[in-house]
Amino acid sequence: MYYDPFVLPFMIGLNILCIYLVVTYVRWIRSFSRADRHTILKNMISIKTLRACKEIFLESLVHHKIYRTSPFLGYMHMCFGLGWFLLIVVGKIESLVYHTSLFNPPYFAIFFRFFHPANEAFPHSNVFAFLMDLILLMILSGLALAWFKRLYSRLLGMKRTTRHRPFDRLILTVLWLIFPVRFLAESFTSGSRGGGSFLTHSAGEFFASFLPVESLSYPMWWVYSSVLGIFFLLLPFSRYMHIPTEMVYIFLKNWGVKQGRKFTAISKFQLYACSRCGICIDQCQLGSSLGLTTTQPVYFLKKIRHHEDYSQEIDNCLMCGRCENACPVDLHLNLLRLSQRKDYTHITKNTYTYIPAPRIPKARVAYFAGCMGHLTPGVIRAMRQLFEKAGIEYTFIDEQNGICCGRPMMLSGNYNAASIVVERNRTAILNSGAEILVTSCPICYTTFKENYHLNLKIMHHTEYIAQLISQGLLHPHASELRTVFHNPCELGRGNGICESPMQVLQAVSRPVPTKYDGKKSLCCGGSLANLHITPTQRSRLSEDALNAYLSYHPDVLVTACPLCKKTFAKNHHTVPIKDIAEIVAENC
Amino acid sequence: MNPMNVIIIGAGTAGCEAAYRLAKAGFTVELVEKECTPGGNLNNWFQLFPDRKQASALRQLLQQQVEHPSIRLHTDTVPVKIERQDARHYAMELDNGARLEGNALLVTTGFRTFDASRKEEYGYGIYENVITSVELENYFANRQILTSTGKRPERIGLIQCVGSRDEKMCNFHCSKVCCITAVKQAMELRELLPDAEILCFYMDMRMFGPGYEEMYREAQEKYNIKFVRGRLSEASENQAKQVVVKCEDTLVGKPMRMTLDLMVLMVGMEASDGSRWVAKELQLPLAPNGFIQPGDPHYATNRTAVEGVFVAGCATSPMNLTDTLTDARSAALAIGEFLNGNEHYN
Repeated sequence: MYYDPFVLPFMIGLNILCIYLVVTYVRWIRSFSRADRHTILKNMISIKTLRACKEIFLESLVHHKIYRTSPFLGYMHMCFGLGWFLLIVVGKIESLVYHTSLFNPPYFAIFFRFFHPANEAFPHSNVFAFLMDLILLMILSGLALAWFKRLYSRLLGMKRTTRHRPFDRLILTVLWLIFPVRFLAESFTSGSRGGGSFLTHSAGEFFASFLPVESLSYPMWWVYSSVLGIFFLLLPFSRYMHIPTEMVYIFLKNWGVKQGRKFTAISKFQLYACSRCGICIDQCQLGSSLGLTTTQPVYFLKKIRHHEDYSQEIDNCLMCGRCENACPVDLHLNLLRLSQRKDYTHITKNTYTYIPAPRIPKARVAYFAGCMGHLTPGVIRAMRQLFEKAGIEYTFIDEQNGICCGRPMMLSGNYNAASIVVERNRTAILNSGAEILVTSCPICYTTFKENYHLNLKIMHHTEYIAQLISQGLLHPHASELRTVFHNPCELGRGNGICESPMQVLQAVSRPVPTKYDGKKSLCCGGSLANLHITPTQRSRLSEDALNAYLSYHPDVLVTACPLCKKTFAKNHHTVPIKDIAEIVAENC
Repeated sequence: MNPMNVIIIGAGTAGCEAAYRLAKAGFTVELVEKECTPGGNLNNWFQLFPDRKQASALRQLLQQQVEHPSIRLHTDTVPVKIERQDARHYAMELDNGARLEGNALLVTTGFRTFDASRKEEYGYGIYENVITSVELENYFANRQILTSTGKRPERIGLIQCVGSRDEKMCNFHCSKVCCITAVKQAMELRELLPDAEILCFYMDMRMFGPGYEEMYREAQEKYNIKFVRGRLSEASENQAKQVVVKCEDTLVGKPMRMTLDLMVLMVGMEASDGSRWVAKELQLPLAPNGFIQPGDPHYATNRTAVEGVFVAGCATSPMNLTDTLTDARSAALAIGEFLNGNEHYN
């Protein structure tokens, strides 16, 4: 039996952690709704579980999404995640080959170099020693990068890095100690007894030349075991809770549990799965344009978790989704924010009775301009021209007594009020007997798709124009205009429509590629979702975004959202801002 | 000894008046104007409030004044470079190649009217029968009000606060003169169209000047102008090219909808491009609304943060003609004291 009292801190820490995690997760999972639990059971034994395993490998270990932000940052996270995982797995295999029993105690593999007399060779022992040293070196190189990142975050592709609580800094120190201590313990052992490979063996000889490694090695193993034990004990109360939680979250997500508009158990999993990597910080224009540094998801979730006051942060978010798009853990950051907004209006079914029910002529295609569309008559005029040119018979749903789609109320948390508006609009749309609903506003588009449960094809006018062109119903001619496209948040990131606008623009102009193309677009600053910033702050934000686009010197800045158009156009500028429908109508 | 020289940028109302007063006080003046004739925004106006005087009368007076032998007028040119050697020495290059030198600088770059197409929901530039208050003055000059389809309008709406007091446009300031301009224009409309319905949509009626409140009352009692308290929410165009507007009558608390044959947007004032350029060139601080910040709101309204550079008229804030003329004379006085070395306030 291999045993030494120094393994006790490690074993105590590990056991307490495991018990704590199991109890916590079981409690959370028990609070899932019946429907969610049913979904989990249904999907548990299916291909989805394998998919989750693959995702865990790619995200929790390799951290491949972080590579998109910066290869350095990705490598650093991979060193810790994959490195530590390999250290455990290869170490376990090594101990199995040596001991041939699957049931050797868990500490045996971790402290293998202590228990294994170096002169006793076993199959491939040199290969294992080499591998273990290589993995340790990989982790240490990641550690060096992490230190470096704390000092010079900009060089690793992050302008700003997360501000942590003192407690988190303590556990960070503990974590950073683990691997150097292991390195020292293994080196000292190797220096006195031999063993190890290129790294620990050479280091051991080096240390032995000037240190009493014989008497230092045993205390160093005590230190190593203690640091591990302390790390495990502190983990549940620190941000490193994300390590186990992210894996459970990935399973639950793949099994089909969805984040709704309420704060539920799945929200709790997400709260704890946030690693506070801080990648969201650079994405947030409230930070880069306005210098607001407490509202980014990393801080918002931190405040919820530690029960600090976050009332202001609830409202101070553009919900542009840039953070969500960059989040390596794939958290539903917008919905999490929304789940904290309270329903407060007193709108009833009678509130809107003064608006008569519109009589809408029937047609196969229905057009909905939306409130914002009505504030940009140029867009409506362009759409009318295009319908006419393509010879499409359409019915204009909100031409006379239009009602809001309900999204502004939903974004402020007022789902009950929104549902009344939704019901009225839904009736009007269904009465039109249309098969295709075309809208000019990406905000309405999102709501129609997510909340209206309409059994018809919903298209944003960008998609519809692209379709008319490909069907040969519209024949725009290519102009010489240099265009830059600002993809509205709700269209590109929100609904993944990135191809259609490019196809359309290529047909009518010479689009200039920018680093804000597709899902990387900026927020114009007109966001309906932010209930906190002042108009002046909004202006600064939109001015910054506009200048970022204008730095590519387009003849026209093109967008596909009436709100974006209005927001950009309020700035006094020489470059015209047009909707994609207007550009097409002008070149038809 | 040569008389001291003052450079004035902008020959609008303020520039002309200040130039004349400085010339009369014994200084020579270089007066720079980007247009072909002096007069500035006054050239676009037909009648003035509150006395309904012809704008051309005042314009002629100003133009006569700048014919003073001590005033050198440079029209159709703009400065391209301003050099401030010290508080009392300035050199300015014009785009026509001329180089001017002076001992003080007066900025009278005025205002620009708000570009109504930036407020797209009102349909300016999209709907045929939406015009601005500036264009309406032009109609008055021609004594004829017709819609785009050539008809006499039966219902006309004047829309207040277009680009002023508008949070969404980030123009928080009040342009001061649009309220009374609307009252004046509504009366002129009534004289040309005795049977038309004339409505004025407002947030507040700010009748700050002498005789203004009386004029407002007269407009309601004698001229039958309807004043509706409520801001326009949106406008659309119908088949007959009429403008269909939606708004809320906030005194009654009801949403309303009506058809207008002609819609007039009372466009507000913004800092002119010239003001912005000069401010940048001379590092003059701007107020949050974009106008040039005077040295002190009470004692140094004509001085700026840069010694020797003065400012007058609508370059500092929206003003009516009365105040602009007074401000120009005040600036002439301040410059005189500065150049003669007997300033009163520090």
